[in-house]
Amino acid sequence: MAFLSHAEDVPETRLVYRHTLWVRIAHWVNAGVLLIMLMSGLQIFNAHPALYWGATSDFDNPILSMTAIQTQTGEIRGITQIGSARFDTTGVFGASEIFGQVVPRGFPAWATLPSWRSLASGRQWHFFFAWLFVFNGLAFAIYAFASRHFGRDLLPKKRDLKNLPKDFVDHLRLRFPKGEEALHYNVLQKLAYFTVIFILGPLIVLTGLTMSPTMDTAFPELLFIFGGRQSARTIHFLCAFGFVIFFVVHIVMVILSGPLNNLRAIVTGCYGIEAKDG
Amino acid sequence: MADANRRNFLTRLAVGTGAAVLAGCDKISQSASGSDFLKKGSDLAYKVQRLFAGREALAPEFSKADIAPVFRPNGTLYPMGEAYKAHAADNFRDWRVKVGGLVEHPFELSLPDLRALPSRTQITRHDCVEGWSCIGEWTGTPLRLVLAKAKPKDNARFVLFHCADDMSRDGLQPQLYYESLDLVEALHPQTILAYDLNGQPLPIANGAPVRLRAERQLGYKMAKYVTGIELVESFADIRGGNGGYWEDQGYTWWAGI
Repeated sequence: MAFLSHAEDVPETRLVYRHTLWVRIAHWVNAGVLLIMLMSGLQIFNAHPALYWGATSDFDNPILSMTAIQTQTGEIRGITQIGSARFDTTGVFGASEIFGQVVPRGFPAWATLPSWRSLASGRQWHFFFAWLFVFNGLAFAIYAFASRHFGRDLLPKKRDLKNLPKDFVDHLRLRFPKGEEALHYNVLQKLAYFTVIFILGPLIVLTGLTMSPTMDTAFPELLFIFGGRQSARTIHFLCAFGFVIFFVVHIVMVILSGPLNNLRAIVTGCYGIEAKDG
Repeated sequence: MADANRRNFLTRLAVGTGAAVLAGCDKISQSASGSDFLKKGSDLAYKVQRLFAGREALAPEFSKADIAPVFRPNGTLYPMGEAYKAHAADNFRDWRVKVGGLVEHPFELSLPDLRALPSRTQITRHDCVEGWSCIGEWTGTPLRLVLAKAKPKDNARFVLFHCADDMSRDGLQPQLYYESLDLVEALHPQTILAYDLNGQPLPIANGAPVRLRAERQLGYKMAKYVTGIELVESFADIRGGNGGYWEDQGYTWWAGI
């Protein structure tokens, strides 16, 4: 722990207990579970790398598709189509390298679980870790409401929203709150955490369940809400994409606002802030 | 500088750990015990979904306008072998579906026998395990009527479907398709032995002359080219022991999700 005990280039720091044990456990369980859900989800997507809108698949008019074509020289190219726009995405989407050979494949081997093509195995992973995702999410939600972590720290208030323009500009200038101010989430953080945990999370679970033919018999409302099974599949995919974007922004913000201090906080709970006169 | 080194070290640690974990996950995927463990997620889904959906909850039915112009076939498109070809050339006149196993009255059904029984017509959404969906209109005999005629014995728990399509590559060691449902799914009102698609006799690619429709399940449960219906107490000792051709290849027996 010694090498983490002083925060970056700040002589006078005070350690504040910021993240409770439950928050830290939920965070790390979720981080691991989400990675497996994403990669096994991409494996499942690869079984039919196309998205549609409505109840069924209009095979000739996907919203998005990743296919492979063979050129006249026999070369395999990956084509990603979004609406009517086509992009050559060889190497990443549509066709990518396995054992030195370019083969037709939605997402590349490094992005899927397992790395080789196996819908059966991808489904096993996805439907095992889906339970962990749901249980962990529910446990966190119950904790957040019971401990008032939700109302106190996560729910954006009127006062927060008034600060939105200022916080937005501050973020763009990479100016982050310091001292006592850094102990509370600013409005952009609140909005991001609130959206991901309480909107994106439930949405990705519900759209996942809408793809289940059995759940559709028990809760036909799901089909009504999401506009059909294939729409639900598309929304499910977009939610996963939303999680990826959140992850990237989250990591960038962690790095820009003091990575070691942030990491210490989410591992040990203790966050260092500048002392008042520091 | 020290901080930069530390950050560099932490980044490499994170990437290295990630790669090791994923390599470990690949190993688990390959091992039988790992895959058996992961399948527990699906066992739990079976119990919970059964709790929510019960015995009678119906799959949504659609209107004629929703029917796909071509019902996308998948899996076997034309069963290999001379026997099937002969049946097809003869319009399946001698096709029989044997009903047996743990029943009081085993019997055989010809296609006219099947068509003489009360029928059900349903326009439903077919969900392939690959992720796509397609809507078609199916007409067939509710399986519950056939089972009622056969009178399953008390210890019968699963209904096995034997099929004519050989899944082996070359037919040298035949691996006939087979599937199974539990009694709740088999007795469901929308579970039918379908012989018509969109008002026409079932095309060969879609399972002629008889296929199963189990509308609360994914496509691989819906055996095509059905030749036999066998009631069993357990499928543990049948073929690969997992209750179906694709189940023996790693797919989960519960296909409600």
